[in-house]
Amino acid sequence: MSDNNRILLFTVGMTFTVALVLGVLFFGLKDAHAKNEAVFNKRAILAAVGNYLPTPVDELSDDQVQEIFEKNVTSTVYLANGETVEGVDAANVKMAKEKKKAEEKRQYPLYTYNNGKEDFYILSVYGNGLWDAIWGNVALKSDGATIAGASFDHKGETPGLGAEIKDNKKWSSQFADKRIYDEDGNFTSVLVRKGGAKDPVYEVDGISGATVTANGVSEMLKTGIAKYSDVLEKIQAKSSKGSGKVGMLLN
Amino acid sequence: MAEATATQEAVQVKPKSEPLFGKKERALITDPLLDNNPITIQVLGICSALAVTTLVVPSVVMSIAVVAVIAFSSLFTSLLRNSIPKQIRLIVQLVIIAFLVTVVELVLKWLAFPVYKQLSVFIGLIITNCIVMGRLEAFAMANKPWRSLMDGIGNGLGYGAILILVAVIREFFGKGTLFAGSSLAMNFIGPGEEYMLNTAATAGIGSYFSWYANNNLMVLPAAAMFIIGIMIWIQRSYNPKLVDIS
Repeated sequence: MSDNNRILLFTVGMTFTVALVLGVLFFGLKDAHAKNEAVFNKRAILAAVGNYLPTPVDELSDDQVQEIFEKNVTSTVYLANGETVEGVDAANVKMAKEKKKAEEKRQYPLYTYNNGKEDFYILSVYGNGLWDAIWGNVALKSDGATIAGASFDHKGETPGLGAEIKDNKKWSSQFADKRIYDEDGNFTSVLVRKGGAKDPVYEVDGISGATVTANGVSEMLKTGIAKYSDVLEKIQAKSSKGSGKVGMLLN
Repeated sequence: MAEATATQEAVQVKPKSEPLFGKKERALITDPLLDNNPITIQVLGICSALAVTTLVVPSVVMSIAVVAVIAFSSLFTSLLRNSIPKQIRLIVQLVIIAFLVTVVELVLKWLAFPVYKQLSVFIGLIITNCIVMGRLEAFAMANKPWRSLMDGIGNGLGYGAILILVAVIREFFGKGTLFAGSSLAMNFIGPGEEYMLNTAATAGIGSYFSWYANNNLMVLPAAAMFIIGIMIWIQRSYNPKLVDIS
């Protein structure tokens, strides 16, 4: 056999074998991957309301996460103008893909978690860090203006620096009980302040060495939560109509 | 008749000359740990050593992944070494490496999804790790499968040892923790189980270190360069034979 034919035969054989093995492996594991991914995303959503879960989110098993989602979580999909989108599963709304659409067509998922006493509204936000995309889930209390908790994730931030937004639970726990609306009802968002928060209600500490990522989080919250403003106004109206007024007086 | 004795001899000699863990095989594993370390002596695989070593846990996972890839790619390359056409051997080696890295990625995604998420970029970059291809070209193409496997494991471990050592130094001095993000997490600065931003300690082992402020240089890639540089320096002054006079 000539040299060229041997090379050709080897290449074709190698390509075929590698493609076959990888293909079988990929399709064989596809379901397991999809399930892992779904549980991972659900866990991230639940992490935002971590303070109000019966057990800490890290200690929940995969099955428990699924169970909580079935029993206590409902979801809706909105457009930025506040209209509800029918027939779309919130779990299938990928913020990265939405960002590529025209602004008025973007869909925003809203999850409602009920722990038996109170409703929590979990918003999805998406923005840019230093190297790549960052995203997160922000949970609001039933008044629609106070943060109950937040969880963040990133695609490629530096471990130990920007990646702290995800890894350092102490940092993300700062968001609890911050407010995103001022007393007059204007949207203010929460600022991540380099060198430390100067305001106890509307600011949180930055991360030293990760100023760009921290600024990205500020920007993401500001633009991301604003997309839900119509929905949040409805929620706020609902809560002040109900028991909210008494609650506000007590506060 | 002469032929028959020759085969008999060969059969008798064979187990003697190639025991499973003879001196040479052991040397294949132990040499890369110290005197022929892929990072500190051959200075290969530096890029990933700078990138993943801010925390210990990702470094450990990365080390395991690299050991698996380098060991099996050595084995496969060695098994195929006589049939790989010379002209395309580098491409074939790359395909074997890329194949194994994809397998590692799929398996991680299946069994350890959070770790996969944490490392995804770096796992892909194993393909470009010079150590892997260096060992295939330098060793596996010319040696038998068993020895190639040993050589692969040895070099993977040598890489992993340095990676974890650097990560321990960087995480300890940079963040005051060890194994952060796992169930073994240790926090040396400040109270509580998780690591935290401030260093003001009030109780426990943290109070002995409360004077220490986290060294932010340590979490930057430059720190890994300094640490590896110092390791190279120490190792070569300890063993002058390693100094490259040329």
